[in-house]
Amino acid sequence: MADTVKTLQDRPRSLGSGGGTLSTRAAGGLLSPAAVLIVVFLVFPAAWTLYLGLTNYRLTGAAAANPQFVGIANYTRALSDSDFWNSLWVTLVFVFGSAIVGQAVLGFSLAWLFRDWKSRWRQMVELLVILAWIIPGSVVAFLWVAFLDGDSGTLNSLLGIDTEWLLRRPLLSIVVFNTWRGTAFSMLLFGAALASLPPSHLQTARLAGATGWQQLRDIVLPSIKGYILTNLLLISLWTFNDFTPFLITGGGPAGRTELLPIYIYKEALTFFELGYGSAISALMLIINLVIALGYLRSMRVRT
Amino acid sequence: MQPSSAMTRRLVVVFAAMALLLTACGTEADEATTTEAPAETTATTAGEEATETTETSEPVTVEIAANAIRDGKNSAEAIWIEDYVIPTFEAQMEEQGRDVTVVFNGRGVDDEDFKAQLALDLGSASGADIISIDGIWVGEFAEAGYILPLSEAVGPEVDDWEGWDQVPEAVQQNMSYQGERYGVPTGTDGRVLYFNKDLFEQAGLPTDWQPTSWDEVLETARALKAALPDVTPLQINAGTPMGEATTMQGYLPLLVGTGERIYDEESETWAGATAGTQAVLEFYESIFTEELADADLQIRQDGRDRSFQDFAAGSIAILGEGDYFWRSVVNPQEGIAPMENRDEVVGWAKIPAQTPGSGISGQDFVSMSGGGGRVINPNTANPAVAWELMMFINSREAILEFLAGQARISQRMDVNEEVLAGDPFLSYVADEVLPLTAYRPGFAIYPQVSVLLQEASEQVALGTSAADAAQQYQSDLEGLVGADAVTGG
Repeated sequence: MADTVKTLQDRPRSLGSGGGTLSTRAAGGLLSPAAVLIVVFLVFPAAWTLYLGLTNYRLTGAAAANPQFVGIANYTRALSDSDFWNSLWVTLVFVFGSAIVGQAVLGFSLAWLFRDWKSRWRQMVELLVILAWIIPGSVVAFLWVAFLDGDSGTLNSLLGIDTEWLLRRPLLSIVVFNTWRGTAFSMLLFGAALASLPPSHLQTARLAGATGWQQLRDIVLPSIKGYILTNLLLISLWTFNDFTPFLITGGGPAGRTELLPIYIYKEALTFFELGYGSAISALMLIINLVIALGYLRSMRVRT
Repeated sequence: MQPSSAMTRRLVVVFAAMALLLTACGTEADEATTTEAPAETTATTAGEEATETTETSEPVTVEIAANAIRDGKNSAEAIWIEDYVIPTFEAQMEEQGRDVTVVFNGRGVDDEDFKAQLALDLGSASGADIISIDGIWVGEFAEAGYILPLSEAVGPEVDDWEGWDQVPEAVQQNMSYQGERYGVPTGTDGRVLYFNKDLFEQAGLPTDWQPTSWDEVLETARALKAALPDVTPLQINAGTPMGEATTMQGYLPLLVGTGERIYDEESETWAGATAGTQAVLEFYESIFTEELADADLQIRQDGRDRSFQDFAAGSIAILGEGDYFWRSVVNPQEGIAPMENRDEVVGWAKIPAQTPGSGISGQDFVSMSGGGGRVINPNTANPAVAWELMMFINSREAILEFLAGQARISQRMDVNEEVLAGDPFLSYVADEVLPLTAYRPGFAIYPQVSVLLQEASEQVALGTSAADAAQQYQSDLEGLVGADAVTGG
């Protein structure tokens, strides 16, 4: 964290030292277009969502023409709805499995394994991992549906079995999918972090007889802890809000892969309950904030 | 480089101007969508004025939207609109010295997705001028104010249309709400059990099959399973991925076979965990636990399309569907899962009641019917032209053209009289099935009840017992419509 803070603080100073200082008014003028856009496209929709969450607004029916103010009824309904809790649980498992365990651990392992490689192999592997990250979601979803298909899927052909992965192991399927999809980011970030370690530290440790694991535990991990927390913060929030699995499973079978964004989508745009959907969106925002605060606090504890 | 203060000021002015420009563009675009969105490609300038000036030769564009697309879903309708309706109507207008362009906005997506798109279009006061919708959406769209009675969307002259006399009252009901006509129906349909005669022959079963009870259906399915282990004997739709197809082709035909209706008009109550509901869910339970039907097909996202392909490929023996299946799915020319030898191989039978005489009104056989229609978008800039096009679309000659070689019960009696005799399947549905049929309740809340029925059948497909699924359904239904409006439990 200290490192990132330092670089962030360095940036404006280096820019500022090059030129003159803007007057407050000029700076305000320069910022105003951005501020207007943020208000129009971010603040207003967010406030509008909060307002809708307090109404029974629907996309069709009488409540579409005359929405009524219902107070916190949508929130109490969500908190007593087993589908909401199922969805929250599925989302937490998905975040823990695919982001924290999957992407972060795999991304770090790849970065650690390849840290000294300079060969074409490293470039090849990195290219493959990054490809998974940059191909558009709809294309990737199609590939995975074909890969996991029960009748003629690639995975079943390789294993010589005929399991309907998306029906028998739906949550595991999307956890593996999202790990595959997002590992590149963690790998790149950890790769950069490892490259910033002074090689002399590790050499000294090696001379002192430290094993690989000891070097990792006592030198590498403590030095890059800031990077780890930043990475976890980012990928947790991204994964929490991810909608791509919908393209593979549609949230099914029977809600077993119904992540919160998919649950909201179904309530709002399949059942047309826009008021209720907005209320769950607000709940989701709160959960996002809690996750973010948790990470930020653990960063502060460290410094 | 030192930026001078003059330069800063200039920058500020430039940015401010850009910001203004951006907002200006935004407003202009908004106004455009509210007043003349349906006619996106026209040069017409305003909404209200255009209504008055349609008699002049000012160029007018009208857009038709339907969930139909060439070589895909409802291909025949898309081809008919593009190759017949548009050129013929445009030519007719030209003869009158009017410059009318008709645009077809076709889709080929799931009905639920199409509905969401329409609701969003209409909710933001945009969308095509003439829109195809399912009859069962009329209530909720009307309540939302998205569609208006034709006499308000166009004018009182719609009641003078000669075609109304040709559309039977029951069919008009499909596009009516609270006694008002919201659109012109496109006909109606009926539900049957289709079966593969080749597979029946291989299993040593009669190819003029007509079961008279649920038990007979189950017996036949067991015989098929024993004789042809690789074939799925039965497909009765269940689960949420199939949406309304589960309710219309699976759940409700079973329910009316027990003598109950989903909504009882006399007591004004919905059927909760009644004896009929229990019986329906137990029927589902037996077909899935005995593996007479493929439970996976009910819970996978593309289950319905797969069921079509499986039937066409001869790996499903009996399938419950509407006449849509005959003309748009296994149709050798235009079907989405075409069967070359459809006419020889595919047999059909009425859906039996649970036991003879146990159906609604003491019937031995049952069916469910629905039907869609076309409405005029209240936001249209050219209601008069849209109505003229609507009358043309529903004219005798246009429908005859549409029906060429198709099995379909049209909205017009004069057309049906002429076409019925030529097609054995069509006349079977019209003569044998429609007299037995039942309709869904036209309430705005019905689609939400329908989802609960889909969820109950899905739970059974996943292995929940019929009794537990019925209890869950009862409490969900009470939560939706209120405990007072639910029977059973």
